Amino acid sequence: MDALTLHRLHFAFTITFHYLFPQLTMGLALLIVILKTVAIRTGDEHYHRAARFWAKIFAVNFAMGVVTGIPMEFQFGTNWSRFSRAAGGVIGQTLAMEGVFSFFLESSFLGAFLFGEKRLGPKAHWLAAFLVFLGSWLSGFFIIATDAWMQHPTGYRMDGAGMAQLTSFWALLANPWVFWQYLHNMTASVVTASFVMAAVGAFYLLTGRHEPYGRTFVRWGAIAGTVSTFLLPFPTGDGQARGVLESQPVTLAAMEGQFHTEAGAPLAILGQPDMERERLDNPLTVPDALSFLTYRRWKAEVKGLDAFPRDTWPDNIPLLYYSYHIMVGLGTLLGAVMIAAAIGVWRGFLYGSRPLLWVLMLAMPFPYIATTAGWMTAELGRQPWLIYGVMRTQDGFSPRVSAGNALFTLLGFMGTYAILAVLFLFLVGREIEHGPEAA
Amino acid sequence: MPASILPSVWFCLVVAMIAAYVVLDGFDLGAGILHLLVARSDADRRAVLASIGPVWDANEVWLLAGGGTLYFAFPAVYASSFSGFYLPLMMVLWLLILRGISIEFRSHLHSAVWEPFWDAGFSLASALLAVFFGAALGNVVRGVPLDAKGEFFLPLWTDFRTGQTGQTAVGILDWYTVLVGVAALAVLARHGALWVAMKTVGELRRRATVWANWLWWPVAAVVVAVTIASFTVQPRLRIGFAEHPWTLVFPALGWVGLLESRVGRVGQRRFLGSAALLVGLLTSAAAGIYPCVLPANSDPNLSLTISNAAAGTYGLAVGLAWFIPGILLATAYFVYTYRSFAGKVNAGNHE
Repeated sequence: MDALTLHRLHFAFTITFHYLFPQLTMGLALLIVILKTVAIRTGDEHYHRAARFWAKIFAVNFAMGVVTGIPMEFQFGTNWSRFSRAAGGVIGQTLAMEGVFSFFLESSFLGAFLFGEKRLGPKAHWLAAFLVFLGSWLSGFFIIATDAWMQHPTGYRMDGAGMAQLTSFWALLANPWVFWQYLHNMTASVVTASFVMAAVGAFYLLTGRHEPYGRTFVRWGAIAGTVSTFLLPFPTGDGQARGVLESQPVTLAAMEGQFHTEAGAPLAILGQPDMERERLDNPLTVPDALSFLTYRRWKAEVKGLDAFPRDTWPDNIPLLYYSYHIMVGLGTLLGAVMIAAAIGVWRGFLYGSRPLLWVLMLAMPFPYIATTAGWMTAELGRQPWLIYGVMRTQDGFSPRVSAGNALFTLLGFMGTYAILAVLFLFLVGREIEHGPEAA
Repeated sequence: MPASILPSVWFCLVVAMIAAYVVLDGFDLGAGILHLLVARSDADRRAVLASIGPVWDANEVWLLAGGGTLYFAFPAVYASSFSGFYLPLMMVLWLLILRGISIEFRSHLHSAVWEPFWDAGFSLASALLAVFFGAALGNVVRGVPLDAKGEFFLPLWTDFRTGQTGQTAVGILDWYTVLVGVAALAVLARHGALWVAMKTVGELRRRATVWANWLWWPVAAVVVAVTIASFTVQPRLRIGFAEHPWTLVFPALGWVGLLESRVGRVGQRRFLGSAALLVGLLTSAAAGIYPCVLPANSDPNLSLTISNAAAGTYGLAVGLAWFIPGILLATAYFVYTYRSFAGKVNAGNHE
């Protein structure tokens, strides 16, 4: 493997593993704030215990997010030095702001949130939980703003030495790409947390343990999950797709597997991109639907890949296409599961419906797969660019770090993260086994 | 503020962030270095961990925020140094991971094979991190073989010579950077001992005090050795201090701190003396290499300086507008956290 491939795999592997944890941190922080709010308003000890139980899982998950997040802060420099040098004048702002505004906030109040409930009293403890939530959502914002600048660079100029220099702070933070991507991403993190909460609740109900808590977790998981899965396709996903259409039209064509420009373009539900013949094999399509979704007109002309020069096509179109379709497909299925669960809560049959509880329990991994596929869509879709239209990925990696060195550390991270994954599952499994009564 | 001094302002801010990191995370690294030596029983070890438990993560954020600030203000330095020190930085990452989970996961289980394992991981990772951070500082002071594109790559070690007299440095670890690494190990171990002595009671406090007392001698010895070696290895330091004699206040601060940490009142005063020593050492190095941020020992003209490595003027100016309120907020969180955590720890309180 050449150095470029290894540096890309290095980043892809470490970021994919890392993001399994922050998505639960961000979504669960919101759900814990909701549980604590209910606890304070009703004065019901049941909800305090529920919040304490989730705080324990939050703690393990947060620690995983921290230790796998630090490598991300380093990797821009270690593996992508030419990119870092060229882009630092702009994204140095958002990355430094993440450290100053969100990491200090999260880390300072996490201790108060995890260990300070007795000392602080309910109101101040609620505030500590809220500040941890705020810190984690701010962190998400600064990372999305950084990614958004790479997807759709704004507020900068290139100086004589080929370095991007900031010209407008507000254009950087209010990049139109940030708005929808941030909402879409945060909505997805609430979906993940809702499914995790509902799955633990379903597990308790199916095994006949901690049943009052099982009902609470399933109920709140279903409510938060229904709201958030609804917001995923519209308006957040639709908003983001429009951003892609506007600034990366070739990416949208590749995501949809639209090889040829046509009026009344069909929407591909299934099918395999055949790059040799430039068509979808075994396609299952909805006629005219892509035209409608893109332009709100059934017979509008949609640009296919053939409308763009080949050297601007994303370099792995099949993987991009599958990532996008897996995200959309799973998002739709997860929405259907949550609607069924919400109806079950409303009509009062959910807690006794073993098939539905089984589905809720087994659905837990799928939001993680969907968010991973979503990020793969965003990042593969940006290819062959590292900074869209400005710097190609092949020009960004560290020229003095050899392929052998990159492979060595990639293997090191794979080994380290395999151990971390085992530890995480073991410790979270124990907390679930202990249950909320002990909390 | 005239635009021309912005890079210098940011140089000072980056140094201040790193100094805050060294003082704050320094004591929890030091507590880790001595963990197995001063804390013999499980209760002692829980007390050591409780003395850093609520703050170590926030302390470590100064490293991330300091690194972020370096990237923001001097992108070329971040790009060159992080890729040039590739292997040692990756090892630092693995050690930070080991250390973080050792502290966080230890309390989840009681077993004869669980806690001792994480105690050893915590201690080993803390000690190695101290050596790595010291060696990194040594590399910055000595200089690195930057090429015309501002890149370099160094093997971990070769023949342990510093590559003076014309040829370029040949390894990340040479006698000088190893010496600075060992110095960091000693100084941080003692910093941690003073912290543990300040925060605990009984036999644990007594043992930590004994360690802090006798470690003063090796600390004093390595500080003298590093001072002499630095002036030999990096001639720029002499020029720097001669041109700006007022910067001698930084080494003076270090010497006063070294003395205070020995003769000051037992407890807070000695700990603050140790903190002053750390700040003095770091600011002296920074003042000595200024206006370089990363000196080149291949050709001094290739050095990355505050003028050729800084981000654009607009970015640096707008950065001040968010950085100052941001860092004041962060300071307020720290004052709050440390105040609510004041006094001696009681091992039973943590979890």
